[in-house]
Amino acid sequence: MSQSPAPMPFIDALRDAGNLRLPGSGLAWLDAARRENLEAFITAGLPDTRAEAWKYTALRALGQRRFALGDAAAASHPVDPYALTLPGIDGPRLVFVNGVFRADLSRLEALPPGLSLQPLSRVLENDPEPLRFALSRHYREAGDAFARLNAALAGDGVVLRVAPGVRVGKPVHLCFAGTPAQGDAAWHVRNVIELGEGAELDLVEHHLATAQHKHLATLVSDIVVRDGAKLQHALLQNAAEESTLIRRGSMHLGAKSQATLHVLELGGALVRHDLHAELRGDQARLDTRGVFVLRGRQHVDTQLSIRHQALNTASESIWRGVADERARGVFRGAIVVAEGADGSDASLNNKNLLLSAQAEIDTKPELEIYADEVKAAHGATVGQLDERALFYLRSRGLPNAEARALLTSAFCRAVFAALPNETLRDHFSDALLAHLP
Amino acid sequence: MLKIENLHARVEGKDILKGLTLTVNPGEVHAIMGPNGAGKSTLGNVLSGRDGYEVTAGSVTFEGRDLLALEPEDRAAAGVFLAFQYPVEIPGVNNTYFLRAALNAQRKQRGEAELDSMQFLKLVREKLKIMQISDELLHRAVNEGFSGGEKKRNEIFQMAVLEPKLAILDETDSGLDIDALKQVAQGVNALRSPDRAFLVITHYQRLLDYIEPDFVHVLADGRIVESGDKTLALKLEEHGYAWVNDHDPALANEARA
Repeated sequence: MSQSPAPMPFIDALRDAGNLRLPGSGLAWLDAARRENLEAFITAGLPDTRAEAWKYTALRALGQRRFALGDAAAASHPVDPYALTLPGIDGPRLVFVNGVFRADLSRLEALPPGLSLQPLSRVLENDPEPLRFALSRHYREAGDAFARLNAALAGDGVVLRVAPGVRVGKPVHLCFAGTPAQGDAAWHVRNVIELGEGAELDLVEHHLATAQHKHLATLVSDIVVRDGAKLQHALLQNAAEESTLIRRGSMHLGAKSQATLHVLELGGALVRHDLHAELRGDQARLDTRGVFVLRGRQHVDTQLSIRHQALNTASESIWRGVADERARGVFRGAIVVAEGADGSDASLNNKNLLLSAQAEIDTKPELEIYADEVKAAHGATVGQLDERALFYLRSRGLPNAEARALLTSAFCRAVFAALPNETLRDHFSDALLAHLP
Repeated sequence: MLKIENLHARVEGKDILKGLTLTVNPGEVHAIMGPNGAGKSTLGNVLSGRDGYEVTAGSVTFEGRDLLALEPEDRAAAGVFLAFQYPVEIPGVNNTYFLRAALNAQRKQRGEAELDSMQFLKLVREKLKIMQISDELLHRAVNEGFSGGEKKRNEIFQMAVLEPKLAILDETDSGLDIDALKQVAQGVNALRSPDRAFLVITHYQRLLDYIEPDFVHVLADGRIVESGDKTLALKLEEHGYAWVNDHDPALANEARA
């Protein structure tokens, strides 16, 4: 006797998703890719904790929820443009509200020469062919379940290209705002970003909420940094407290290219962040810096995967986790130095701070080396605030909460010390402090 | 100002202070001397409110308030300052930022206006002169990588900025060479005033060559067994702490038993 699987409202809500009209619908190759990914997602269902990639992040509760297919009113919600601003960031801006591009809130006039910045929805209407390869991709790993869902349903996002040799002077601001809608909605954003050879770009990715909501967002970003190009990518994740955010970034680095990623994760009830980076060209360099600061019952799972595939490549990763109250953090940092990637230098440093007895952080650094003459170092710790330091600060007059906040932000300091935009760095520090209970 | 009466305290289940009584008035400098294990540091820690010290009997009042009922930060705001025997290194916390936050937290607690960064800088410059401290230390993280002497001078510098009514110096002389000791003492002396009292806890007499006390108390086995003027310190220097034991019939009996 076969037993029918337990009903899963999350999946049930997708039964009619194939009939959804999305930007680009009608393009045969895109329709096919979307249909295949949707079917694959529905057939597999949500991954459970038996899958290694989801070992510490249970999706049972999510499976019992039902999300609307996008937000039909996303184009017309009133949003205060001032709420979207970040100090020190006044360049081009692309804004999405509940996953839909908003020209009225964006700043796309007078783009510097060599920078092409458009919403995916528009590119799919006008000139979809160059995206055929990126959007036809089939995700097969269990860790990529939501990328499959994203590939099936994403209708908007960022398409950004910097022409070879062009240095974009001002940071480009990508803003993803969630706002209350009728019921809980799921929206999906797809970003395709490419820096041509020798190009330089500052990118600020900003997730925020204009008011509390319980939406689900998935975001898939493919970033290609060609030979000799330089990317500075700062990510401020301040999504709604009760929202779910699943983000998958991939980054391909060409020869002598450099990419630096700074991540501050603050918001969301359930957050998953996967980064797959491949150092494909000789002497490519990747620096990743990140911190999550969690409270309440937040659950944030960061999965970092860095592959050294070429000679003399370097990666340095410094990540911090802070969990208070009943929050749960997960960090997995996997570094692979592939065969032939001789002379590579890889380091991973992950330190975590538990601010309450009920909080939990699981960390798992992994290092696999198949090459010669490799320098590699990794370490991970989970600890608590230094009571002696706390008493020292209090004995000078700092109230307990303030002293704890000061020590906690000091703990995270190494992460943002190298963020070149000083105003943004201060803003990150302030946002971090404001998020402490 | 400070009234300690019959204070009993224990650490990790062990009785350390066993009936300590002491009164300190504004403007006075009291030295507390005693051998290792007499309870000197416990006294400093109990007065500043460190966790892990259980007061089992007795009372401490500061300007009429029950000091033991106050949180460490409230004691600081009330005007009690402890110069640590082992100042803590706090990586990532800038010395100046910390000190301004501490001063403003105290001022806020007392209902005084907070200082803006310009006002604070002016104050710091004045105090730097007194302490002869290099302003390079201010830009570093709290005590991080400081030498022993720098740490102790930083303690006194913090004291100068925070302007407490009662300063407790917990073995501030330990680990200092003679030049560093002189500098620290000079800083303390510059802060002496008719409104401010000092409790100087020390094992050795030599600090008292530079900070002249009004009263010297000998602490042994958790109690003050002898009090006198500064000449008492010299006697101790000459005869050692064994002299106190012989001198005090009760202790001498205890020791013989």
